[in-house]
Amino acid sequence: MKIMLVDDSRTIRNIQKNVLKQIGHTDLVEAEDGVVALRLFAEQVPDLMLVDWNMPNMDGITLIRKIRETNKSVPIIMCTTEAEKSRILEAIKAGVNNYIVKPFSVESLQEKIEQTMSKIGAAQ
Amino acid sequence: MDVRFINPFVKSICNTFETMCSVPVTIGKPEIKTDNGPGSDVSSIIGFSGDAAGSVALHFGFDIASKLASKFAGIEITPEHDDFADAIGELANMVAGGAKAQFEGVSVSISLPNVIVGTNHNLSASKSVPRIMIPCKTELGSFMVEIGMVLTKQPTGLVAETAGATS
Repeated sequence: MKIMLVDDSRTIRNIQKNVLKQIGHTDLVEAEDGVVALRLFAEQVPDLMLVDWNMPNMDGITLIRKIRETNKSVPIIMCTTEAEKSRILEAIKAGVNNYIVKPFSVESLQEKIEQTMSKIGAAQ
Repeated sequence: MDVRFINPFVKSICNTFETMCSVPVTIGKPEIKTDNGPGSDVSSIIGFSGDAAGSVALHFGFDIASKLASKFAGIEITPEHDDFADAIGELANMVAGGAKAQFEGVSVSISLPNVIVGTNHNLSASKSVPRIMIPCKTELGSFMVEIGMVLTKQPTGLVAETAGATS
């Protein structure tokens, strides 16, 4: 299972990578903004994406809207400091499958990832 | 400075460092900043725009900044490490994001973080926006959080109070 991590913070991507490796996922690809993520997405569609909201060049919500124009199925978890209800609704409307607010505990990140993956498994 | 902005920052500071660094923070008495000091070695700044405008800055000495960045990242991060500014900036991002989510009826956007690294630097801010300094104490050392926020639009869903934005 290929997982794409999209966040302008390398520290956050490293934390996410550690959590994913702990639960057995090692096929990981990283992007520091929406532009890079879109390019990588065009090369190979991942099985799951973790996407930050606030990033330079192209933010996460724009990235998700662009992806959903052509791909409705790839599961996307938004991982962001944007915690207002209006923002969460905006993200759901854009097509995210799950949402995690920073700061997050390692356990809660793991739970959201596993929750989303089990939904993928159930749907397949 | 509207005092209603202080509590959201206090809660967000405690939540961010407890959750991401496993470091409880004891908050001291907030005070109005009267000069450019105190000098710090590392500052991470996030701007706000929208119904309220201003910024939050986290000020650290090198030692506490390294310790917190290391706890956050799970590896040793010294000020020379490539990820030092990234880690400190992301912590400020979380503090700002967590606070803005509590600004009831006030819709604001946050900027990407800027991190300044330099021994004993000062942050000069506009005199027209009073700045509040919040002392933060942890088992690893102390740091300061500086906030300056003014309402640019009357919030919705709140009982109208004196704007108090220039107290």
